[in-house]
Amino acid sequence: MKRSRIASLLLHAALVLGAAATLFPLFWMITASLMPAGEANSDPPPILPSRVTFEHYAELFTRLNLGQAFFNSTLLAAAVTLLSLLLNSMAGYAFAKLRFRGRGKIFGFLLAALVLPTQVAILPLFLLLREMHLISTYWGVILPGMASIFGIFLVRQYALSIPDELLDAARIDGASEFRIYSQIVLPLCKPILVTLAIFTFLGTWNDFLWPLVVLTDQSRYTLPVALANLFGEHVQDTELMMAGSVLTVLPVLLLFLFLQRHYIQGLLMGGVKE
Amino acid sequence: MPAEAIRRSARAEARAAWLFLAPGLGIIFLFFLLPIAAAFLLSLTDFDLYAVADWRNLRLIGLDNYFRLLRDPIFWKALGNTFYFVLVGGPLTVVLSLAAALMIQSRLTRFRGLFRTAFFAPAVTTMVAVATVWRYLYHPQFGWINRGLELLGLPAIDWLGSTRWAMPAIILLSIWKNFGANMIILAAGLQNIPESLYEAARLDGAGWWAQLRHVTLPMLAPTFLFVGVMTCIGYFQLFAEPFVLTRQGEPLNSTLSVALLMYKEGFRWWNMGYAAAVAFVLFAVILAATTLQVRASRRGEG
Repeated sequence: MKRSRIASLLLHAALVLGAAATLFPLFWMITASLMPAGEANSDPPPILPSRVTFEHYAELFTRLNLGQAFFNSTLLAAAVTLLSLLLNSMAGYAFAKLRFRGRGKIFGFLLAALVLPTQVAILPLFLLLREMHLISTYWGVILPGMASIFGIFLVRQYALSIPDELLDAARIDGASEFRIYSQIVLPLCKPILVTLAIFTFLGTWNDFLWPLVVLTDQSRYTLPVALANLFGEHVQDTELMMAGSVLTVLPVLLLFLFLQRHYIQGLLMGGVKE
Repeated sequence: MPAEAIRRSARAEARAAWLFLAPGLGIIFLFFLLPIAAAFLLSLTDFDLYAVADWRNLRLIGLDNYFRLLRDPIFWKALGNTFYFVLVGGPLTVVLSLAAALMIQSRLTRFRGLFRTAFFAPAVTTMVAVATVWRYLYHPQFGWINRGLELLGLPAIDWLGSTRWAMPAIILLSIWKNFGANMIILAAGLQNIPESLYEAARLDGAGWWAQLRHVTLPMLAPTFLFVGVMTCIGYFQLFAEPFVLTRQGEPLNSTLSVALLMYKEGFRWWNMGYAAAVAFVLFAVILAATTLQVRASRRGEG
């Protein structure tokens, strides 16, 4: 009995230390963003601000125009999420429930393509979008994000559990295939669609390389691109950069905290069923 | 004629399927699969700034870009750095993920959900933003990491300014950012191990360590392989960390990764043919590493 008491104590000490160390960078990011200019660079560095100020946030939105980047990020993440939800759910449903020649082969091919690194596609993708005159447009980010193999896979796995009888009954009643999809399949798939929506939103919000390449005009920058750009000029302004980081991270962190059950479910479907 | 009706409905179903598939597959083909294939063709050309201006300046040069790569010390440097990152950072990440998963799933653990959320939080953050935060944490004089070392009685380190410590700094950031996601997957794997196996092991007198070695780890092997492969694929594509944390590969290219080299060659200097060759080598390396890992684990099982 006593031994397990000690084991439990050690275990929880390790967990608390680990959690504190893990959260410290995020905690300090927030406190430093509220410090008066220059205070973060004291020796030893302070943990809490001597006086709470929101001047850095004000500067981000007024002089540095990060409000535009915030708008761009929100718009792009929302648009990619909605459109990819539609396309992925349609394709995932077809792979799960509709019979056609070559279904297994095509799906197997897609699964194999899941390991292809996206970075390899970037150079030709840039040239392709240049030919389409989509460089530095919102569509330059939206179009390539409108469908994903992972999303199709996730919906397909979930839709497999829909009973065929339900769909056949609707067909006998004369429902069109699109009606079956929109009125029966989509409502049944709601849990996985919520998961996929969070995944896509976070992924698009956090993405860096592609927006960096395709959004060449400052008015189209997403937050990560704008932040990296700001970093070049304001590397000395610790508190300002921390405010910019909070602005970038906090929305997705909050989204995750409120919806973490759904997010983790998606992570597990990708991981365990492979 | 029922047979005719069935045939007709099967045809209708197939037609509907293709209508449902067409938009999604079209996007994936046009904006993902086609560009990957095109990357190889691009790597066989001398596509540069002149070709960006006018396609007619484009010439096929066979494998010249690849031969040039072999003679380019910067490329070897980037490849070496990337392997350093993957081979050191990858195992450390996975081992820490496993340790965290074991602790989270321990029967003794209370407030499990709270700890899980804390460990997982970095995984959902934006790399560019947290790399910015870590740049200040690594500050030689005012940074909290050196302050921590000082409290432990250790000497200060010039993390981002020295060729020796810049890559470890990137590895530390990446471990922090990524171990939580792996932990979640491994924890679910642990949950799927039937309790009866542990009971049987305990009846045989197995202690904590023996249970871990003979029950937990073998049963967890498939999940572990998945996590290892995904971490490996992700780590080979190292980009945002050195882009922000060490200002695009400094000092003296000691954190220049293959992906960063591709970006610089392609989008800074518009040597897109050459950059495509870099990208394709990265592709080949990732494919080889994945195959190797899967093979090795199969041999381990058999």
